[in-house]
Amino acid sequence: MTATDVRHSAGDSLGTHAVSGRLSRRWLSRGMIWVVLVVGSLVMMLPLLWMISSSLKLEQKVFQFPPQLIPNPFRLANYVDALTYKPFFTYLKNTVFLVLMNQLAVLLVSSFCAYGFARIRFAGRDLWFTIVLATMMVPYVVMLVPQFVIFTRLRWIDTFLPLIVPHFFGGGAFNIFLLRQFFRTIPEELADAARIDGCSEFGIYWRIMLPLAKPALITVAIFTFFGTWNDFMGPLLYLNSPGKFTLSVGLATFRSALAVGRTRWDLLMAFSTAMTLPVVVVFFLAQRYFVQGVVLTGLKG
Amino acid sequence: MTAIIAWLRKPAGRRNVTGYIFIAPFILGFLLWFLIPALTSVWLAFQKWNMIKPPDFVGLDNFRRLLSDKLFWQALKVTAMYTAISVPLSMVLAFSLALLMNTKVRGITVFRTLYYLPSIVPAVANAVLWAWFLNSDFGLLNALLHAIGLPKVLWLQKPEWALPALILMSLWGLGGGMVIFLAGLQGIPNEFYEAAEIDGAGPWAKLWHVTIPLMSPIIFFSLVMGIIGTFQVFTAGYLITNGGPQNATLFYVLYLWRNAFQYLEMGYAAALAWVLFFIIMGLTAFIFKGIGSRVYYEWV
Repeated sequence: MTATDVRHSAGDSLGTHAVSGRLSRRWLSRGMIWVVLVVGSLVMMLPLLWMISSSLKLEQKVFQFPPQLIPNPFRLANYVDALTYKPFFTYLKNTVFLVLMNQLAVLLVSSFCAYGFARIRFAGRDLWFTIVLATMMVPYVVMLVPQFVIFTRLRWIDTFLPLIVPHFFGGGAFNIFLLRQFFRTIPEELADAARIDGCSEFGIYWRIMLPLAKPALITVAIFTFFGTWNDFMGPLLYLNSPGKFTLSVGLATFRSALAVGRTRWDLLMAFSTAMTLPVVVVFFLAQRYFVQGVVLTGLKG
Repeated sequence: MTAIIAWLRKPAGRRNVTGYIFIAPFILGFLLWFLIPALTSVWLAFQKWNMIKPPDFVGLDNFRRLLSDKLFWQALKVTAMYTAISVPLSMVLAFSLALLMNTKVRGITVFRTLYYLPSIVPAVANAVLWAWFLNSDFGLLNALLHAIGLPKVLWLQKPEWALPALILMSLWGLGGGMVIFLAGLQGIPNEFYEAAEIDGAGPWAKLWHVTIPLMSPIIFFSLVMGIIGTFQVFTAGYLITNGGPQNATLFYVLYLWRNAFQYLEMGYAAALAWVLFFIIMGLTAFIFKGIGSRVYYEWV
């Protein structure tokens, strides 16, 4: 019996089924589904629990086989060690700076462009919008080498500029696309009323559309946060001095620094947990917008 | 001049100017960070250049070199295998989980969160975590195998196990696909199932003739994006195995990265990038031709 069957039979009144015995089979299969889902989610949680558990162990307990799942004793000081072994807070500051700059760029610029695509009828609009969609399909790898060459020529290597400035030009094709779709759902009459009152297109964009697009803007902001926080290749390529590293690059160098001799997995796991925590917090705070965003990206593409 | 001013006075002319002002940031960005790099990349693919000496035009040499480069074929093989196993497997798993969750089970939001959570772990933290999880001496995976009486597996040291280990790791991120599938399933109107039931369809028939056809645009989209994504994996191969052991996890982008930024073979790296571009485009076109016609778009 498949899931869809169960789902749709759930609404049926239970006694009307011709075949006797189906009722109990139905309950059985629902129980089975529940068990499968519980076991599955335990499996999914294992690596995460393993990370947290290892981050709280004494160094010698980390190298114990078979391992303890619940650390005894808890060693919270691992976090102090991990966050001071490498300048975690410098990395954090750099990452937060990049996140803020990119938020500013993406939210302002992509919504600005999206408004043009959504609400103004001008010659060549459809062609340009097709170009927006086409740039989303091109693998980033093609741009990797030439962009590096260009940024080298501009003498932008080992600055934050390659990681920020491009966002001010368009704010990301995907974000333009997402916001355009949202703007098109807002009734035209609101803008028309404002036009009669003498409001310019810029005024309509700024005073009417932006406030109404808050849910979509939050979705874009979350994606931008995740994208910047998690980005590894960009900072790895463009940042050289340790004082400019982001958390991703910091953790990666932490790992290779410890690769010589015995790896301090306890500290690595503490660092990883500390780096993951903000992402999880943002996820829980904005879960509704987040799921909505994932769905929008997947369904409307 | 007067003609231009007259045109600007007309509403259509003004709309054109306003429109282009609004999309100007995109157009500039497209030229600066897309078109110019793309053209540079085409030019680079025919040069030998280490960024220090002046570039040297070599014609098709970079592409000829590819054909006899064992590591290129190895990288292509590794990446193709990774894609061919990881994408279908994670799609089937994500789809099945979405089907299970789409029943009226208790705690669906909790399940959705738990399955989704792993896919938001930052890539580097994820890589470090899995390097430890897969550690052959003290990692949890081998401890679990040991607990059920199985021998220790040298996940990251044996060429035959390294790629499967990274595929296993990729499956951990199936939550994103699952959420998309689940939303799609929830959007299917009940009437379709009721009509199928009247026609005497059983659960499998309903899955095969109602659910899957109606979900086909989403499945199709996930497949294309999944292939584009997995063909460009980098972080796991770079951080966990560094391409090893014996190049068993030498992903295509990792090989490209080494050529560009370690050996400073910018021309060769650009050629590698274009080959990957055409492989991905070719595959996408193939999928569009092969199953694109069987996708139902009408009802979405």
